[in-house]
Amino acid sequence: MRKQLIAAAIGAGVALASPAVFAQQDLNFDEYRAMLEDGNPAELYEMEGEELWKTARGPKNATLEQCDLGLGPGVVQGAAAQLPRYFADADKVQDLETRLMYCMEKQQGIDPAEIVNGKFLQGERRQMAALVAYVVGQSKGEKIAVDLSHPKMKEMYALGEQAFYYRTGAMDFACSSCHSQDGKRIRATQLPNITKPEGAAAGWGSWPAYRVSNSQFWTMQHRLWDCFRQQRTAEPIFASDVTIALSVFMAGKGNGAEAQWPGVKR
Amino acid sequence: MNNQRRDTLKAGGSLGMLGLLAAVGLIKPEMAQAAWNKDAFDAKDMDAALAAVGAGKPAESAEISITAPDIAENGAVVPVGVVSKLPKTEYIAIMIEKNPAMLAASFTLPEGTAADVQTRVKMGQTSNVFAVVKADGKFYMTKKEVKVTLGGCGG
Amino acid sequence: MASPMRIRAAAKEGVTEVRVLMSHVMETGQRKDSSGALIPAHFITELTAKHNDKVVLSAEFGPSVSTNPYLAFKFNGGAKGDKVAVTWVDNKGETRTDEVQVS
Repeated sequence: MRKQLIAAAIGAGVALASPAVFAQQDLNFDEYRAMLEDGNPAELYEMEGEELWKTARGPKNATLEQCDLGLGPGVVQGAAAQLPRYFADADKVQDLETRLMYCMEKQQGIDPAEIVNGKFLQGERRQMAALVAYVVGQSKGEKIAVDLSHPKMKEMYALGEQAFYYRTGAMDFACSSCHSQDGKRIRATQLPNITKPEGAAAGWGSWPAYRVSNSQFWTMQHRLWDCFRQQRTAEPIFASDVTIALSVFMAGKGNGAEAQWPGVKR
Repeated sequence: MNNQRRDTLKAGGSLGMLGLLAAVGLIKPEMAQAAWNKDAFDAKDMDAALAAVGAGKPAESAEISITAPDIAENGAVVPVGVVSKLPKTEYIAIMIEKNPAMLAASFTLPEGTAADVQTRVKMGQTSNVFAVVKADGKFYMTKKEVKVTLGGCGG
Repeated sequence: MASPMRIRAAAKEGVTEVRVLMSHVMETGQRKDSSGALIPAHFITELTAKHNDKVVLSAEFGPSVSTNPYLAFKFNGGAKGDKVAVTWVDNKGETRTDEVQVS
């Protein structure tokens, strides 16, 4: 009798589970995504960014070719895979955008306020997005290798973790409301579980990305800004500590995984 | 060598020049478009679209294959590839049955160019994708259904 | 001014594979802006690809080709250092030509 009950329970379990499994298969976009990877329109931005990197601009009429992204002046190959990092010259933890902004100020004389107070997809922020595409493209296939040993990196990681779980806004949402369980989705879009290394790597390692829905290239600052917006909370200031901290948290958790930059998203 | 293909080739060759002339303002843009098959791109049903490209009622052929995902995450960008194993394939058109206008793109292949093209199209909804092929003067077709979870034509 | 294309052309075993990404809005003419006004159609209508001076592909596009169009095709022949040039013209008469060497 007892055995029968167990068998029945298992049978019911299977029956209940199967429609869900079918639905999951039905929404399998792996084939679609694989087909988009070759010829990702983000390459157009990479090309523009590479040109921009070598173009003399700003009040100092200089290029960015002496910009140190952490591996020495002018070294772009592999640099993004190790960002964010602590930079002694700035005495700050900087992500890619913050570091580019620093270089644009120091080398070219471009006022950071133009970027911080600007709008995404416009003006200097648009220029920076192209630079970001170029730099991350030079780390495609590299392993994420963020050095968390510096005390300021540890501090940022802790702040990032705190921010990730911090509930706020009209809906009382945290990042973790959507990104701390496996198999969650918004409509058909799968949401990575960022509390696990593979989820963090999936998120961190596939942004910046080209979005086919609006034909736009989004940097990680842009992605995070939109997460805050979706959370119905105050917009974060561009390149502010909380945005860098969240990046340190994600990148640190994703350490060791291969970066697929730049990504292509629905 | 069939004459129609030679004419198409000639038209193709002169386009660059017309485009150039338009660019420097010597002729109006509309004139540069003279060869663009407006009737085909404006066609609002499959029969009209097929007629406008001269295909009539093409026979189904297993020698043509369409590479496209079974399901697309976003209809704004749906990858579509067409390969024809029919000898002397000279023309390939991609049509989306349920789009407001069916014809998405057409390709004229001179001798020596493989009957193997890939592009990406917008799809408003789940629909059949048609590949229409002209080989050795005759038209053939095949189709594949692509499911779309989010339409790609809205704004 | 139109932005450059990204063209890759690679020769392998007597066949050259060409992959092109074009920077273009490919506006259908059916979308509305935030004020409700129709955004005028603006899309590439024709494209020609040449290997050295020989046309290897001519194509016609309608507005349902995706934004920032992608195109891949193959032709027989082609050797390292040969030229592959792609030209497009859009419905406003804008045009762009870019050229690469076969790798």
